[in-house]
Amino acid sequence: MERNQLHRLVALSRQPLFDQGFLDEQFLQLEELQDDANPNFVEEVVTLYYRDSARLILNIEQALERNPLDFNKLDILMHQFKGSSSSIGAKKVKAECTFFRENCRAGNGEGCIRTFQQLKKEYATLRKKLEAYFQLRLHAAPSEKSVAEEEMAGIHLKMFLVSEAL
Amino acid sequence: MNLTKEKKSMSTASSSVGWKAGDVVPDQFPAGLRVLVVDDEPTWLMVLEKMLRNCLYEVTKCNRAETALSLLRENKNGYDIVISDVHMPEMDGFELLEHIGLEMDVPVIMMSADGEKNVVMKGVIRGACDYLIKPVGMEALKNIWQHVVRKKRNVWKHLEQSGSVEEGDRQQKQSEDVDHSSSANAGNRRNSKKRKDEEEDAEERDDTSTLKKPRVVWSVELHQQFVAAVNQLGIDKAVPKKILELMNVPGLTRENVASHLQKYRLYLRRSSGVSQHQNNLNSGFITPQEATYGPLSSLNGLDLQTLAATGQLPAQSLATLQAAGIGRSVVKSRIPMPIVDQRNLFSFEFPKLRIGDGQQQQLSTGKPMNLLHGIPTTLEPKQLANLHHSAQSLGSMNMQVNAHGSQGGQNNSSLMQISQSQSRGQTLNEATGNHVPTLLPSSMAQPILSNPVVGGVLARNGLTENGRGTEYNLVSQSSSMLNFPLNSAAELSNNSFPLGTSPGISSLTSKGVPQEEVSSEIKGSVGFMPSYDIFSDLNQHKSHDWELHNVGMTFNASQQNNSLQSNLDIGPSVLSHQGFSSSRRTGQNSNISAVGKPMFTAGDASERVNAQDVGHFNTFFADNSVRVKSEIVSDANCQINIFPEQFGQEDLMSTLLKQQQQGHIASAENEFDFDGYPLDNMPV
Repeated sequence: MERNQLHRLVALSRQPLFDQGFLDEQFLQLEELQDDANPNFVEEVVTLYYRDSARLILNIEQALERNPLDFNKLDILMHQFKGSSSSIGAKKVKAECTFFRENCRAGNGEGCIRTFQQLKKEYATLRKKLEAYFQLRLHAAPSEKSVAEEEMAGIHLKMFLVSEAL
Repeated sequence: MNLTKEKKSMSTASSSVGWKAGDVVPDQFPAGLRVLVVDDEPTWLMVLEKMLRNCLYEVTKCNRAETALSLLRENKNGYDIVISDVHMPEMDGFELLEHIGLEMDVPVIMMSADGEKNVVMKGVIRGACDYLIKPVGMEALKNIWQHVVRKKRNVWKHLEQSGSVEEGDRQQKQSEDVDHSSSANAGNRRNSKKRKDEEEDAEERDDTSTLKKPRVVWSVELHQQFVAAVNQLGIDKAVPKKILELMNVPGLTRENVASHLQKYRLYLRRSSGVSQHQNNLNSGFITPQEATYGPLSSLNGLDLQTLAATGQLPAQSLATLQAAGIGRSVVKSRIPMPIVDQRNLFSFEFPKLRIGDGQQQQLSTGKPMNLLHGIPTTLEPKQLANLHHSAQSLGSMNMQVNAHGSQGGQNNSSLMQISQSQSRGQTLNEATGNHVPTLLPSSMAQPILSNPVVGGVLARNGLTENGRGTEYNLVSQSSSMLNFPLNSAAELSNNSFPLGTSPGISSLTSKGVPQEEVSSEIKGSVGFMPSYDIFSDLNQHKSHDWELHNVGMTFNASQQNNSLQSNLDIGPSVLSHQGFSSSRRTGQNSNISAVGKPMFTAGDASERVNAQDVGHFNTFFADNSVRVKSEIVSDANCQINIFPEQFGQEDLMSTLLKQQQQGHIASAENEFDFDGYPLDNMPV
């Protein structure tokens, strides 16, 4: 498969992420920032995000186990999580953060727990999709690939797209 | 780009704005702009750094405000512009902004996902030259260089007009940028500059005329000189004229000093409020208490702490005060007791508070800073004075705070005792019935950062009563002197501290500000007065059912007695956290056990406020600006119940809040807020 086609496929593969609301323009900004000096910039940022958000999720879980709930602390933690998520354009995750914070402000403990579960789900989904996307990009990256390898990459991309469509 | 060099050379140059030979070729400007970016979120920090690098700027990143501040201090001219996030642990962006505004005149851009008007307003008021909403885009960052240029131009203009003054070629105060919006263009620059000039004129007007004064750049050294002078004079005596004389800096005018003093006071006031993160500021003044005191403690705690520290207020009283101050402070909860610690407020503020010794020591202004963070600086002097008089500075304050309105007879009596003892002592204000020095500071939601204020408040409350006529009517009259501090502090401090909480505090307003000057100054800058007045009303109520009363902090306004005298030894964290029994609410007012280490080490401790961050301010107060005669709290009978964190802050808070809400406190606060902040930008 031609390089152009691969690239186009890669571009296509990430389109659903935007269409389905997982990512917003901020992610595009990150991609624009990527250049020869930082060829893996987006992936680096996203990796950093995983680390940071994993830590925050843990903190929030611990905070949710306390009794009574410290809504102020939860709100602060979620504010951080939201900020972090906004840095990579994680749209759906951000929305869940907002719901969570509303529950905090309302002092609704059950609501907090519920929205947090939802948030974790969205977060897991996003992670999966992003990882798949980066895999594809890796496949499509210019490299010393043999024609056969490129063919395989192309096939992988197509499969990915198909699976996304389903 | 070596702006510094260029600036220097510019000072003698004409008004050309171009960059002279420096590290950056003028044509390439703004490439090479040295940006310091501060954000606690690692992902954003990475993204911003990349964005700024793509703009060809020279980027330095850090994830803590404290780090940023030390970087800036180490290399004053090392950065052209600072971009900082608002919400950060420990020291937040606004606090950093204030520090930078006072110490080094670098433009600061605030940034946050929070685009709420109030928050943005805070940034503007504190002198941020711009406020960006996250997610931040490249376009926004590409234009940040305009703020650097603008500032320089203003500096040059001033220099040209008036011939150099200040230290030379420093940049103008950041305050100038307040007027500017990020989209300002050259035309706006001029307009804004004019506006600024007008503001300056309006604010500084004094003897000089319309002549624009060249901007003074308050370097760290200069600021330290300033702080030293203020401390030397005593916070209550720290008038611009005298400060100027003491500083003896050629070219510095009284107006420069006046505006800087206002800024400083506001800073103190605010820092108490902000202090939650002030831990670093206070060198663990109240560390032990930190943990314990929750939000309430923050403000109230501060005051209380201060009081405690100074007046050896019993921890309880401190707690009480805190609780009392909760009104505001609770809400704010920014300043937990710990903050007080941090703030060194206590340590600084009342270094000289010697409660019990009857010595009237002034609380070092340094401390007050911490204590009364939000408390208008003007108060400080007075308060200090009061403190002195009431000698119970902290003690009384706490007492007052607790005393709130002396609700019950029990409380009242204890308060009375306290206040009496306090007042007996060296009522700073000579107020006879000094009410326990209202721990304004403490109550004032803000951590009693404003030591001077606190001191003053305390002192005042207790002492004043009699109104020296000064604006602070420190609780003198009301038994709830303690309340006063809380209340007044709250009000004063703008930080929505429930000033109203302590009925007693109202006395602050007018009572005896010992020094005329001080009072006037205070009045001016603080706008505090109104709040105090409110308190007076409250004071009348004596039976204020403020929880503070229960706490036992009720110091009756009339306390002249110095029973409260306690030695304010400001030991870090003394506050009483430990010492204070949670008699909060218990109305045990009987003893004001100055907490562990009185917050104000009256006299001795001097101010060594550990608040490093408070930095120069500490020194500022350190001395004794808040000479709260420590009669505070020394009284055994009055138990200052500082509300330990276990204290039902919520209860207190609600009570306080209620009071506040009813009162003008809220309004005062708001007003104050606005009134106060512009002062920050007062051009020197």
